[in-house]
Amino acid sequence: MKSLKLAISLLLLFLIIWIDLPENYPVRLTVGKIKVDFKINPLSVDSNIFGFQLKKDFKTRLGLDLKGGSHLVFEADTSRVKPEDLNDALNSSRDIIEKRVNFFGVAEPSIQTVKSSEKYRIAVDLPGVTNVNEAVKLIGKTAQLEFTEEDPASKTATTTPLFLRVTKFTGLTGKHVKKATVNFDSQTGKPQVALEFTKEGAEIFGRVTKRNVGKPVGIFLDNMPLSIPTVQQPITDGNAVITGNFTTSEAKELAIAINSGALPLPIKLVEQRNIGPTLGALEVKKSVYAGMIGLLMVLIFMIGYYGKMGVIASIALIVYGLISLAIFRAIPVVLTLPGVAGFILSIGMAVDSNILIFERIKEELRKGKEFDVAVRLGFGRAIDAIKDANVTTLLVAFILFNPLNWEFLPQFGMVKGFALTLAIGVATSLFTGIVITRRLIDIFYRSSKF
Amino acid sequence: MINFLKYKWLYFFCSAVAMSLGLFSIFKWGYRYSIDFVGGTNLEYQIDKKLSRQDLENFFKAKKITINEIKLTGNILLVRTNPLSGKTEKELIAGLEKELRIKVNVLRSETVGPVLGRETLIKTIVASLLALLGILIYMSFAFKDIRFALAAITAMFHDFLVVIGSYSLMSHFFGAQMDLLFVTAVLTTMSFSVHDTIVIFDKIREYTQFEERRDIEYFANRALTETMVRSVNNSMTIIFMLFALVLLGGETIKFFVATLLIGTITGTYSSPFVATPLVVWMEKRKKS
Repeated sequence: MKSLKLAISLLLLFLIIWIDLPENYPVRLTVGKIKVDFKINPLSVDSNIFGFQLKKDFKTRLGLDLKGGSHLVFEADTSRVKPEDLNDALNSSRDIIEKRVNFFGVAEPSIQTVKSSEKYRIAVDLPGVTNVNEAVKLIGKTAQLEFTEEDPASKTATTTPLFLRVTKFTGLTGKHVKKATVNFDSQTGKPQVALEFTKEGAEIFGRVTKRNVGKPVGIFLDNMPLSIPTVQQPITDGNAVITGNFTTSEAKELAIAINSGALPLPIKLVEQRNIGPTLGALEVKKSVYAGMIGLLMVLIFMIGYYGKMGVIASIALIVYGLISLAIFRAIPVVLTLPGVAGFILSIGMAVDSNILIFERIKEELRKGKEFDVAVRLGFGRAIDAIKDANVTTLLVAFILFNPLNWEFLPQFGMVKGFALTLAIGVATSLFTGIVITRRLIDIFYRSSKF
Repeated sequence: MINFLKYKWLYFFCSAVAMSLGLFSIFKWGYRYSIDFVGGTNLEYQIDKKLSRQDLENFFKAKKITINEIKLTGNILLVRTNPLSGKTEKELIAGLEKELRIKVNVLRSETVGPVLGRETLIKTIVASLLALLGILIYMSFAFKDIRFALAAITAMFHDFLVVIGSYSLMSHFFGAQMDLLFVTAVLTTMSFSVHDTIVIFDKIREYTQFEERRDIEYFANRALTETMVRSVNNSMTIIFMLFALVLLGGETIKFFVATLLIGTITGTYSSPFVATPLVVWMEKRKKS
């Protein structure tokens, strides 16, 4: 039984250390004739167990302030939407923005709608994107595609510019486009945008082209003429091409805009934060270095002051650090600067649990109790204080984290990140401070007696 | 046992001095608000050549951009302006590179509309008040006495005042800006403050429960004597961590960590020297 427990503990420890391994850390060794050259990486699972696809990378996720990237907040103009349609409009705006962002090729973007006292906002996080102007342009595009034809009712001279003649809306819009792709004209080699209509779109387009053979049809994007081709023959297979004087990247942008469709709500940029990759990396490096030095000082202090008990506390603290990091990677928690502060505070509180326990044990020893009894009583007494102190901290963290996303509480990442790491840290420290320290005292002092 | 409470007027005096210094600074100088609260644009550029301040100021003047603050440390240029559009910013960089013949590496550029800041502040205050209420209720139950909760919260308010006061001083003398990081630091201080107070109160609670009835002052003094080492030791460990971060950590978190440091110190101080005398005073009033 005992050895089983030990085996499970060791296995867990092994797993935690594996999850905590540094990322892409090169190892080069030469042992005799064997040359070792590989990169250490944390655990990453990608397998199929009983039909469940299990895929997980245990890597540290850094927030925008540490990694660099762009944070954009758009405010939606809701004045022209009926209140009952508002949620749908907002959600579909969100989806469309997500689509556009995905075209931009961003790893792990986050797009959230935030309601705050009658104001509706969409917050977009784009890690690693530094060309913020382009991103803003792409996201904020209204991209309303429309097909028009000549209005038979109005008499226009043939000298009227083409785009003023095709003024009648055909009812065919970007909504009827299933897919837009870029290809190249087989004769001129020029880029063009190929449209594939939905079933309904193909029908409308078929009718439009049938009645307009030999006449121009207008393709407008946001009321600007894109191209006004003359219909050669009815097109009923649901395919069309937009030709024009595009460069390849213009054609591509157009295809993206058509694919993602129009935003149901007009949006306006109200906040934009752009952190270059250099700054974040420098901050991380410095903070990690400083954190290490600080931790080392704490360990030296604890061992210097509490001796053998201090060693135990130090081990418990290191285990605590390893477990927390593993939890951060497993959830995963996006680490930001305030998040790091929350974690540091929780380290302080973890040490505190140990100090409380030791002082209590010392107290009991001063009263002349046996060591075993003193440990038991000390733990019992200390736990009340540890419990009350940590419960209040958890309470504060809970309110700040705002799990139900109430609009009268903070909804922004910074404070939430702080609350989350603090809560995880405190919960973990309750475990390590009590369970692990106790185990370690058992191991150390029992073994030294025999 | 040391009679800590004998010097309660001294503690009161120290707290009063610290708080009034801070309050004086708040009313006299106020804060430098970051764009988080008032809106605007923050630009942080790394440049490859030394420039004179005058050149830069002239440059911005010529571009008709109102600058609120400009700072040049080494090869890092910090500029705070009224909100700029993406286009203007692009032109600005191009202009800098062409006219002043430097190479610009954008470290950070932030633009915030003015509405957001006010909202952020209000929400944080609401959250803090809710947290206060939660602590009040929890402690009233845990200690079966609302006086303990009130004393703990008063000590927390004391720490709050000390921290926001000293930040105003830092803002005036060292140019610290009130931003979201500062808000986080204040919240941290508040939760640490209560955490620390509870440890002492727990001792007092234990004595009043398990020992023969005696004067609350006696119990409080004993609790202080026994928890003093723990309080100091515990704060030392946090202070070590924070000191390392102030001295070695990055520039952006310097004031943030300094605030946390002040918060830890006042949080540790207030538990024995503000919360405890208060609870003793209230308990005594109840009896008489």
